[in-house]
Amino acid sequence: MSASHESHHPLTLSGEIRLDTGVIINKCYQCGKCSAGCPVAEEMDYPPSLVMRMLQTDDPKQYEKLLKSMSIWLCISCEMCLTRCPMEIDIPTLMDNLRQRSYKAKKTNPQARKIIAFHKSFLDSINYTGRLYEMGLIVDYKMRTGAMMQDVAIAPKMFVKGKLNPVPEVIKGRKKIAAIFNRIQNNKEGK
Amino acid sequence: MIKVGFYPGCSMKGGAQEYQESVSALAKVFDIELVEIPDWNCCGATAAHNMSKELSLSLPARIMALAEKEGITDIVVPCAACYNRLSLVKHEMAGDPSLSSKIASIIDMKYEGTTQILNIIQFIDKYITDRLEEKVVKPFDYKSACYYGCLLVRPHSVLKFDRVEDPQSMDVLVKKAGGKAIDWAFKTECCGAGMSVSRTDTVARLSGNIMKDAVDRQAEVVVVACPMCHSNLDMRRPEINKFLGEKIDIPVLYISQVLGLAVGLDPKTLGLNRHMTEVKFPAKPVIEAPVAEVPKKVSTTQNMEA
Repeated sequence: MSASHESHHPLTLSGEIRLDTGVIINKCYQCGKCSAGCPVAEEMDYPPSLVMRMLQTDDPKQYEKLLKSMSIWLCISCEMCLTRCPMEIDIPTLMDNLRQRSYKAKKTNPQARKIIAFHKSFLDSINYTGRLYEMGLIVDYKMRTGAMMQDVAIAPKMFVKGKLNPVPEVIKGRKKIAAIFNRIQNNKEGK
Repeated sequence: MIKVGFYPGCSMKGGAQEYQESVSALAKVFDIELVEIPDWNCCGATAAHNMSKELSLSLPARIMALAEKEGITDIVVPCAACYNRLSLVKHEMAGDPSLSSKIASIIDMKYEGTTQILNIIQFIDKYITDRLEEKVVKPFDYKSACYYGCLLVRPHSVLKFDRVEDPQSMDVLVKKAGGKAIDWAFKTECCGAGMSVSRTDTVARLSGNIMKDAVDRQAEVVVVACPMCHSNLDMRRPEINKFLGEKIDIPVLYISQVLGLAVGLDPKTLGLNRHMTEVKFPAKPVIEAPVAEVPKKVSTTQNMEA
């Protein structure tokens, strides 16, 4: 099939993913080594090899299930699946892509709320100060999730051990970092 | 004095200060000055690559561009997670010139991709290992489980560092410091990484399995090269022990602390007092007794905080 022929037809989902990430879904032959090595497969609704199979169908219903799945948020990006894949399929990058698609389509699994809240608090900290301010991150995360009492017991000991910095480090180029965030946001809206 | 570029990353300015303290102290012993990249920003870590591809490329790109501006060639990145992000971004930009120029315009800086990213072990091997053994005054004579985790060794196709399933580089360093690196099965299993706060139970299970295997194989200490691995194995110990139904109390040390102790630096300089799990080692018998007569656990311990 020539490239010009393809361009006359809307891309299939696996085609879109290939364009975004370079990952060729159809390379997977279901050996299952990714799921066997995945440290969180047992907590997932669809283990990595099943995610691959569902994408191979190019079926919108299967795609919808994946966008709403917990699997994509439980993936810790440990890169074990890629390491052991005989076809060297970059599943971690694929998982990043599915997370971003799920978030953009507002289809994130409700149970992933805390995980996503943590990421957002993390990025906000960078946006405001240029660096991660751990204490600010935790406070912001607690506000987002309502988990006010979580880890309260270890905080005093951490403080005594010098592990909690009471003042954030703010970089001089703070505004340049905020500008990077803005440009990326504007690029997305411009699409 | 040799000068080497240095990217500490956010952890080393916060919860993992002892990692920075020990890396700096160790470097000083070997006449190396670590020059911090001026006005560096966070690498974006897991949050950035989970939520935005462009952000995950831009944040590390700015760090490397800042280093280039200073004429820095080698950047030491002791945090395995930062090391991984910087290396992956450098690799991706090198293979895609149009992406590289797009990111350069987002960060509004010139980016060439000329810096060399070194993890803590690569840094030690390049600048210290040759002179290490002659400086050892207090052999680190403990059974050590060297834990590499994920991001120091994976993905191998990009990082090309050490053996991916059974890495050896840290084991070699521990042996040079006078220690015994044990064989064990969880060298590169995941500790749960950034899920420490949002999925503490997952971290307790994954880190618990790691600690259990280390202890089952008689490890007296776990040695790490990543602040996230450290905080999960050390700070999350109460949750780990609850998950296992055991009381594992062996300490978790950074490789820089192990080498620092071996070359005679004092525990406080190395920040050993900052760990949440108390740093103590089994007392060694003064005269080597037959193995059968040595009690497995002795009540008197050498307290490193004293």
